[in-house]
Amino acid sequence: MASGEEDGTVEEKETNNKKRTKGAIATAWLTFYNIAMTAGWLVLAVAMVRYYLQKGTHKGLYRNIARTLKFFQTFALLEVGHCAIGIVRTSVIVTGVQVCSRIFMVWFVTNSIRQNEESVILFVVVWTITEITRYSFYTFNLLNHLPYFIKWARYNMFIVMYPLGVIGELLTIHASLPYVRRSGMYSLRLPNKYNVSFDYYYFLIIVMLSYIPLFPQLYFHMLRQRRRVLHGEIVVEKDE
Amino acid sequence: VFVFVFDWQVEPNATIGEIKSMFHKSHVLFDIFKLFIRGKSLKDEDVLQHLPVGTTATFYFRDLGAQISWVTVFLTEYAGPLLIYLMFYFRVPFIYVPKYDFTTSKHWVVHLACMCHSFHYVKRLLETLFVHRFSHGTMPLRNIFKNCTYYWGFAAWMAYYINHPLYTPPTYGEQQIRLALTVFLFCQIGNFSIHIALRNLRPPGSKTRKIPYPTKNPFTWIFLLVSCPNYTYELGSWLGFTLMTQCLPVAAFTLVGFIQMTVWAKGKHRSYLKEFRDYPTLRSPILPFIL
Repeated sequence: MASGEEDGTVEEKETNNKKRTKGAIATAWLTFYNIAMTAGWLVLAVAMVRYYLQKGTHKGLYRNIARTLKFFQTFALLEVGHCAIGIVRTSVIVTGVQVCSRIFMVWFVTNSIRQNEESVILFVVVWTITEITRYSFYTFNLLNHLPYFIKWARYNMFIVMYPLGVIGELLTIHASLPYVRRSGMYSLRLPNKYNVSFDYYYFLIIVMLSYIPLFPQLYFHMLRQRRRVLHGEIVVEKDE
Repeated sequence: VFVFVFDWQVEPNATIGEIKSMFHKSHVLFDIFKLFIRGKSLKDEDVLQHLPVGTTATFYFRDLGAQISWVTVFLTEYAGPLLIYLMFYFRVPFIYVPKYDFTTSKHWVVHLACMCHSFHYVKRLLETLFVHRFSHGTMPLRNIFKNCTYYWGFAAWMAYYINHPLYTPPTYGEQQIRLALTVFLFCQIGNFSIHIALRNLRPPGSKTRKIPYPTKNPFTWIFLLVSCPNYTYELGSWLGFTLMTQCLPVAAFTLVGFIQMTVWAKGKHRSYLKEFRDYPTLRSPILPFIL
C-alpha cells in the first residue's frame, strides 16, 4: 500500500487525575486476571499429574484435560485486549500472534483431529510450565513483591521450553495431515457462489512453514528482553 | 542522527533548501535528508530568520535511508495488477488445468470484469503520469516491496477465481451486473473528478495547501460532506466490482483497502483541521456523517 504523509507527531494530553483512577482499576483487574490464570494452569498441571499417577500412562490424558485447557487458553484472548487498550505495555501484534497460534492449535488442530498422543503431551506440558511461570511472574510484579527465582524462571526457562513447544506443535500438525487430506475437512471446493476455495491441507502446510520466519523473531525478542532484565544491558533496537 | 558543527556565514533570509544544498556541496554523499530543530522537521521553504535560532543555529540531520520516487513506486505497483490479471484472463499455461490453456470464459460478465479491472489500473497509471502532484518526491525503498506484494498478490488472488473455468456468475444475473457496472463507472468518474479538482488547487511547482471546495462538476459536490472523496469514490468502485463479480477475494480486497483508506482519510482530515481555522465542520473524513 502506498504510504500516506510521513512527518508530524501528535501529542495527546490526559489530565493526571483521570490517569490515576484508570491506573488503579487497571491494576486491580490485571492482578485478578493473572491470579486466575496462574490458578487455572496450576489446576491443569495437577490434573495431568494425577491422571498419570493413577493410570500409569499418558494415553487418554489429553482427552481428559481438553476442556479445561481450552477454557483457560481461550481466556488468554483478553491479553490482546489489554495491549490494545494500553494497560499492558506490549505490542498488540506480538501478543496477537502468540495467542492466535495457541487458539489455533487447541481449537483447529487437536480439537478436530484424532491425535498421536506423544507430541500433544509434549507441547501441553511445555505450555503448562511456561504459563504458570509467566502468570505468576505478572502477578508478583503487580503486587510489587517479585521473588528473584520467578524472574529467573521466566527469563531462562523459555530458552528450552520455547523450542520444545514448537517441536511438539509442529509434530502434532504434521501428524494430522493424512487425516485432513482424507476427510477434506474445513475445505471449500469450486464451484460455489462465492467464487472462492480453501484447502485446509495446504493451509496447515503454510502454517507449519510460517514457523520458520515467526519463531526466531519471537525467540530473539525474548532473548533481548532477558538481556535487558537480567543483565541491565541496553540493546539498541532498530525503529520501524 | 548526525551532529555537524559549521562556521558558515548565512543571510538571515536564507531558506532551509539553500542551507541543505550548501551542505550537499561539501558532503556530496548526503543528498536526501531532513533537518530538524527541537524535534520538529523542517521544510525546504522555511526561512532561517523565522526559526527559533539566535546568532548560531544547531541543526540535526536524519538520513532517510534508501529512497525511491513516488512516481516509480506507483507505476510499478499499478502495472503489476494490470498485467497479472490479463495473464489469468487469457489463461496462460500452468495456472489452470491444461485443457483450459488459452481458452476464454463462456460468461460475458468475466469479459466485462476484465475490461473494468484493466480500465481502473490504466486510469491509475495515466493519473500518476499526468494528473497527480506529489508533495514528497520520495519514499523509503522498502515500501515498493510492501506495496507491490499487496497489489500484485491480491490481483493474482482475485483474477484466479474470476477467470477460473468453474467460475459461478452472480446470483441475480443481468440486474446485478448492470447495477454493479453503473456504480463502478459512476465512482470511476467521481474519483477522476476529485483528482482533477485536487490538482487544480495547486499551481504547478508550488507546495501551497488550500481547502478543497466543490466546483461546477457535480461529482465534486461531495466535498460538502467529505474531506477525502477520492477515497469514498474508490471504495464505491470496488464495491461495484465486488457486486459485479460476486467473488469473496474481491470483497476481502475491498475491505482491506477501505480500512487503509479510512486511516489515511482520518489523518488527512485531522491535518486539515489543524492547519485551517475555518475548515467546514459538516465534513467527515471518508463516509458522510458516519466515519
